[in-house]
Amino acid sequence: MSCFRLENVSYRYDKTPVLTGIDLTLEPGEILGLFGHNGAGKTTCIKLILGLMTPNQGSVSVLGGHAGDPQVTQHIGYLPENVMFYPQLTGREILNHFARLKGAPLQQVPQLLEQVGLGDAMDARTKTYSKGMRQRLGLAQALLGKPKLLMLDEPTVGLDPVATADLYRLLRELCEGGTGIVLCSHVLPGVEPYIDRAAILTDGALKAAGDLAALRRQANMPVTLSLDPANSISALEHVIDSASSSIGLIIKSDSGRLRVDVQPRDKMALLHAVMASGEVADISIHQPSLEDIYVHFIGSGGLAHRGGSQ
Amino acid sequence: MNSIWTIARKELSDSLRNRWLMAISLVFATLALGIAWFGAAASGQVGYASTPATIASLASLGIFLIPLIALLLAYDAIVGEEEGGTLLLLLTYPLSRSQLLLGKFLGHGLTLALATVIGFGVAGVAIAVLVENVAIASLAAAMLRFIGSTVLLGWGFIALAYVISVRVSEKPIAAGLALAIWFFFVLIFDLMLLGTLVASEGQFSAELLPWLLMLNPTDIYRLLNIVAFGDTAQLSGVLSLGADLPIGATGLWIGLVLWFAIPLAGALLLFRNRRI
Repeated sequence: MSCFRLENVSYRYDKTPVLTGIDLTLEPGEILGLFGHNGAGKTTCIKLILGLMTPNQGSVSVLGGHAGDPQVTQHIGYLPENVMFYPQLTGREILNHFARLKGAPLQQVPQLLEQVGLGDAMDARTKTYSKGMRQRLGLAQALLGKPKLLMLDEPTVGLDPVATADLYRLLRELCEGGTGIVLCSHVLPGVEPYIDRAAILTDGALKAAGDLAALRRQANMPVTLSLDPANSISALEHVIDSASSSIGLIIKSDSGRLRVDVQPRDKMALLHAVMASGEVADISIHQPSLEDIYVHFIGSGGLAHRGGSQ
Repeated sequence: MNSIWTIARKELSDSLRNRWLMAISLVFATLALGIAWFGAAASGQVGYASTPATIASLASLGIFLIPLIALLLAYDAIVGEEEGGTLLLLLTYPLSRSQLLLGKFLGHGLTLALATVIGFGVAGVAIAVLVENVAIASLAAAMLRFIGSTVLLGWGFIALAYVISVRVSEKPIAAGLALAIWFFFVLIFDLMLLGTLVASEGQFSAELLPWLLMLNPTDIYRLLNIVAFGDTAQLSGVLSLGADLPIGATGLWIGLVLWFAIPLAGALLLFRNRRI
């Protein structure tokens, strides 16, 4: 049973298309990063999965049921962007209220508050909370009742680095317990190590989806090699020039090192040549990061890989 | 049902926390006792005049106060959650929109009912204990009728406030519209009716005219509390039309019930079709 499955989903707000032809699934135990510029349709996607809206076209199934059914929403945890709470109530009162609504056991409430680091502040009114504390309370709220599907919109906003690391550790644990997790974030380097798959939305269409390796292949972006010469730069440069006939090889010399951008398919040939020449002392290889891939897909409006590798 | 009660219970505890319940009860008790003792001051005496006169004065003041309190209590029910950022979160819970609104109604309705029972109940008991020779049975009956109709009137205006609250997207607009509703039913309506009466110079159908009173819940409420004593002389202004109304007390009660049931159903319908 998939956590959710969107099939050819389109949604229009009045006449304006917000989402067009989205196919996206999430399996249990997977962490999916959902990325896109502002207004790309991330929030709309999440609202469709939550059952707050129904698509104009296509089908949305969530946890084996219909989006928005009480039996389904009971197993979904959601942290909205800029989460807000009742300022006059304490953290504990608020979480009790939401636990009752969700049918979650009330003894979970103090545990969750401890877990997100609000143990000392749970009996203070939330109007005294800082942004980070509200965010933690929002997380505790999303974790009520052991959700099978967890959707977090910008979960690390306002969290300090330690709390952020704690959060990702917690997500990893949940994920190993079989929870499917969706992470929406603009802090791409922050989420890169933790996601299993990424989906990139622009203008309501899915530009690419898949794990990072697949996205790198799809983007076909050059790999950067950083080479320390064994003898001299010019000798090393000569080796590279003669070894590779490929086009688009860019060489820059940079404080005694060489930086070479090479197409993924030519990478191994070049490495063999360089190694065999004995002109290189050290090599480091930089794969394109999630951010590079993101910029590639968002920025290249003409290269529409609609549907991605799904 | 469970989630309706969860919402209602939060509203109730909110009104305890922000002392609304206490404040409304106090206002009601003070008002009732003040009118009971000083209601006859105009005729040159201080002290309890009579049960019908006291109830009639209470009802006349009640139409100003009760709609206002009900509207203030309820106008931000939904728009307040939306502005506070909690509406979206609430709706992602296993809670339908109808359940949310009905929970709010239960909470606000109980707050108002409790305040009415406590405030006017205390006043009724005080009158029964402190005034000599008051007919307890007729006082109790009148007080029960007064409390019951006050609660229904309040519910009506809570439901009207919800119609606004689910429709607009900003709290100040909701507050302004709530005041407009109060202004219309409490001040404008009777003037309009009177104007129609005078302008038509008796041409207007005599059978139809009294029914127009049913279009205003505050008029039904006043009629109900005054007509019950069988003393139509107490009816003043446009209310004297009510003496010709062929429906009796039961009809008036049904009128009050419809005045909260229909707006509540309307608010539920509007909320269900609203885009989040």
